[in-house]
This record gives sequence, C-alpha cells and structure tokens, in this order.
Amino acid sequence: MANMADTSGMTHDHADIDRHVRVYITVFVALMALTIITVAIARVHLPVPVAVSVAMLVAIIKGSLVACYFMHLISEKKLIYAVLGLTIAFFIALLALPVLTVHDGYGIHEPPGELHSAPATSPHQ
Amino acid sequence: MDIPYTVEVRRDTGLTNGKIGIWLFLASEVMLFGALFASYILIRTGSPSWPRGDTILNVPLATFNTIVLISSSVTMVMAWASLMRRRFGTYRLYMGATILLGFVFLVVKYFEYSAKFEHHLFPSTNNFLAIYFTLTGLHMLHVIGGMAVNAYFWGPGAKQYQTNPQWFINRVEHSGLFWHFVDLVWIFLFPTLYLL
Repeated sequence: MANMADTSGMTHDHADIDRHVRVYITVFVALMALTIITVAIARVHLPVPVAVSVAMLVAIIKGSLVACYFMHLISEKKLIYAVLGLTIAFFIALLALPVLTVHDGYGIHEPPGELHSAPATSPHQ
Repeated sequence: MDIPYTVEVRRDTGLTNGKIGIWLFLASEVMLFGALFASYILIRTGSPSWPRGDTILNVPLATFNTIVLISSSVTMVMAWASLMRRRFGTYRLYMGATILLGFVFLVVKYFEYSAKFEHHLFPSTNNFLAIYFTLTGLHMLHVIGGMAVNAYFWGPGAKQYQTNPQWFINRVEHSGLFWHFVDLVWIFLFPTLYLL
C-alpha cells in the first residue's frame, strides 16, 4: 500500500485516508445539525444575554469542528499550536478592550444632558 | 534556485515552509476580523438601541449560504483527500464543486445586497448596516480570493501534479486551510449579524 507524506511530514496510507474521509462526512453532518439548531434557537426569542451566549457556544463548537478536523489541527505540530496560542491570546485581548471600555461607562451610558450637568472644571482655573 | 522545504519538512520545525507561512497569514487574518468584531461589540454596546438582525436581514438566504459554505469546506477537504489517494480525476471534480459552491455563495450574496439597496438600505443608513456591509463585504472579498486560488489549482496550476505531485498536494492543502478559515469566519458572522 502506498505511503504518502503531507506537509507536516506525517505518512498516510489509503486506509488512513479512508478513515479521514469518514470523519469528514461525520463532521459535515454535525455541522449541518448545529446550523439547524442555531436557527431554531434564534426563533425562540430568548433574552439577549442568553441568546448571545447560546449562539456563541454553538458557533464555537462548529468552529472547533472545522478547525480540528478540516484544518487538521487535532494532529498538528507544536509550532502551529504556539502560533495559534499567541494569536488567540491577542484576539481575546482585542475583544476584551471594548468590553472594558463599556464597563467603565465613561460617556456612553450617560444621557446626553447629564454629560454637561457635571460641575465645570476648567484646566485654566 | 529551487524554493527550499516545499516537499521535505524542516528538521527544526517538522513542517514545510509553506505550511508555516499559511498559518502565520491566517493568524494575521484572525486579528483583522478580530478588530472588526471588537468594533461591532463597541458599537452595539454603546448604542441605545440595536435591531435584531432577523428584522432587517434575510435569515433563510443566509442559512442557505451557511449550508453552501459548509458543503464547500467538505468538498475542499475531499479534493485534498482525493489527491492523497492519487485520484486526480476525483480531485478535479471536488475542486470544481468547491469553486461552484463559492460562486453560489456570491450569487446569493448579490441578491441579498440588491434587496437591501432596493429598499434604500445602505452602509450609511445606520450603524447596524454599516457593520453588516463591512463584515460581510470583507468576508466576500476573501471568498473571491479563495475562489481565484482554487480556480488556479483546478486549471493551469494543476499541471504541477505531473511534475511534482507532492508539492502540488501541499499547495492544495494550504489553499484548503484558507478556504476553511473563510468558512470558519462565516460560522461566527451568521449568528452575530443575522440572528442576534
């Protein structure tokens, strides 16, 4: 049976590839089912925080399936994991920045009138 | 001079240079879309009111497009698996199907955009539509880019299979990684924009 090497240097024989193909089809079915679940949950009209949490949880599961199996991250080299680990850390920091800005409440949740009702403090006084 | 480490792996990384290159590129893409998602969060949470996506956008069309893009990811990975089995004819069928599904995605998007413009809904109309057009527009550019690369490997680029099959298989795998990334981004865009 022919042995073949992919870019990570792993060898695959035909039986190995057949097993991969079966996994791809299973993942495809799972992704379709999760897409239907995503749309069905949206029709329930849950409160926004719950809806966001559930929708993101399903999206993370779907994304993980694509990344792990279609992008072969489940059996990748350490260097790729290191690159992705660093990327995820910066990605989370990037998403956290606006959340922190919102939680400080400065100038965002104040009604426009109240912004001007604060005691005037001039840097020249 | 030949490009080094296109087929054989580097001893220090255990990877080919192409594989490291595509993953570094995808890392930069994560940050690009991350910045736009962060903008979305900032604009949405800072807004006194925000419309539900399904009151403005066409959810059935977007659901159909989600199915199309997921299917194209499967055909893409099957194209790579066909090459690994040394079945070139089957590869071309799957790769052709991937390109066709990408085209279907774009046609659906065209109808979606046209409907918005007919109703005088433009990026300048409100914040929701501004972020919707920016995110989906950038994603659409990625679909077009991925289709161009895939079309090259389906057509003229496929000649390489005759001269250096393993390098060609590796290049198709790298192209596939980009295509799956495009699918992955849509998996998050769909609920964020259309359902919440």
